[in-house]
Amino acid sequence: MLRYIGQRVLATVPVMAIVALFVFSLLYIAPGDPAAIIAGDQATPDDIARIRESLGLERPFLVRFGEWSWQILNGDLGTSIFTSLPVTALIAQRIEPTLSLMLVTLVLAITVAVPLGVLAAWKAGTWIDRLVMAFAVFGFSVPVFVVAYLLAYVFALELDWLPVQGYTPIANGIWPWLQHLILPSVALGLVYIALIARITRATMLEILSQDYIKTARAKGLGQRAILFLHALKNAAVPIVTVIGIGIALLIGGAVVTESVFVIPGLGRLTIDAILRRDYPVIQGIVLLFSFTYVLVNLGVDLVYTLVDPRIRY
Amino acid sequence: MSAAVVPSPAALSREPAAAPAMPDILPEVRRRGGLWGAALRHPTISMGAVLLLLMLFVAVFAPFLGTVDPTALAPARRTRPPGEQFWFGSDMLGRDIYSRVLYGARVSLVVGFAVALLSSAIGLAIGLVSGYVRLLDGIVMRVMDGLMSIPPILLAVALMALTRGSVGNVILAITIAEIPRVSRLVRGVVLSLREQPYVDGAVAAGTRTPMIIWRHILPNTLAPLTVQATYICASAMITEAILSFIGAGTPPTIPSWGNIMAEGRALWQVKPYIVFFPAVFLSITVLAVNLLGDGLRDALDPRMAKRL
Repeated sequence: MLRYIGQRVLATVPVMAIVALFVFSLLYIAPGDPAAIIAGDQATPDDIARIRESLGLERPFLVRFGEWSWQILNGDLGTSIFTSLPVTALIAQRIEPTLSLMLVTLVLAITVAVPLGVLAAWKAGTWIDRLVMAFAVFGFSVPVFVVAYLLAYVFALELDWLPVQGYTPIANGIWPWLQHLILPSVALGLVYIALIARITRATMLEILSQDYIKTARAKGLGQRAILFLHALKNAAVPIVTVIGIGIALLIGGAVVTESVFVIPGLGRLTIDAILRRDYPVIQGIVLLFSFTYVLVNLGVDLVYTLVDPRIRY
Repeated sequence: MSAAVVPSPAALSREPAAAPAMPDILPEVRRRGGLWGAALRHPTISMGAVLLLLMLFVAVFAPFLGTVDPTALAPARRTRPPGEQFWFGSDMLGRDIYSRVLYGARVSLVVGFAVALLSSAIGLAIGLVSGYVRLLDGIVMRVMDGLMSIPPILLAVALMALTRGSVGNVILAITIAEIPRVSRLVRGVVLSLREQPYVDGAVAAGTRTPMIIWRHILPNTLAPLTVQATYICASAMITEAILSFIGAGTPPTIPSWGNIMAEGRALWQVKPYIVFFPAVFLSITVLAVNLLGDGLRDALDPRMAKRL
């Protein structure tokens, strides 16, 4: 078991190295010469060459990559071209809204999607099942910003139940914080809910046809106990896996959702960085999100080796 | 076979008449083959295809559908609500939203189809090589794992940040983001096909590897690849709209649905129709492609259909 965990952890190292290499190449081939920017308008080509020398920009690609990786490992993501602030500081300023949005969405999606999928599998072939499946297809098809505008229009502008936009830090109280996150989370979560509900239904259908479920029925176990104790428990691995993989959807969608609801999070930071071509910031955000994604999925893998006694390595 | 006493169509089989009626596990006797039959048996295919053809029609014949120049400015007639002159209203520069939305269909469809085709072709090549050349497999798949661990939209955003916004670059950026998933899929199919007895048979008969790939492996990857390609088409359309919406996609001079929505963003609370019409068109198009994909999956891969 420990050996397996060790192997899984080690297996993420090459993946992260590739991500890092990709992100570094991004900055390497990005247009614009940092030396020229630092030198300013009055600089002669000689000045620029001297600055390039002192910054080490003339050294080979791999040497610079090694040095850059070492910086990353020490928690230094570089400096923003536009604001001259460290990228880590910029990210730290913006991380709370994004983290809140993703966590609320995650909780909402799981609590809605899993029961929905179980219900659809239980009532397979009936109109309830068809309704859930139709909802899933719609969830996949309606882009996140369309849902976002629709929700904001109905529940904020027309009905005036919830704030149209903005964000309140959690330090100002749970309810004001949550109030600002309800609409964004529903909008962001829709495609995620569709995905999880679909996988839950599919896995449950497969398991409900197993012999041990028939046995459980035969011995007179209640429907609820069969569904949630016997079936869902055995369906957990694919469901948890897709929850982990689906985080990528949340990360991509968060950028857009934050833009629609004017939430000052990492998504806004990304958009601003793109508009200003602030490569170090883009680089830092891509690295952060990708590493988080890899780590979440590593965590998912490890969790079910711990939880599911059938998995033995 | 003499049709003596036939209990039910399902039992129309080689079984003697004395046998009890078989449950529906036998295939129906007469099935219409081909695309047309599949479309009849899977209503989602026809629904998706009809909607998609409609969009295609709109895109191709946009100049003849009562549109005006989608980039013509008319500052005097800014932000008119939908009415007789502007069917879908006009935006803050006085451009006709109806015309812009119709022309926008071109961008979405071109990006969707191009990305689906390109990423399938490249992913197929990478997957075949990876599934057949053991030496490369490890390296190629690690690279794909690395690319896959960057969320696709962020990957596309990062690539777009490097280049000028143009339709070609958008296609390229989204294609690169989609390739890892296709090559993983193809590789998996290739690896399982290589274990099949008929491939062993071909090897034993002395068929050369390129011929085996061409005749035995390739045809069997096409069904899952087609299904995957439709889903990629749908997600590419959404990604394109998102890229344009956040300002990292097609240049603002090109009317694409994402751009129209981005322009309407500042005014959406007072003039929601600017955002509304491109949103509806985008959703319908993506829905059409997804329906087509679901139908194709059911038609091409019955085992998968049972599960999902």
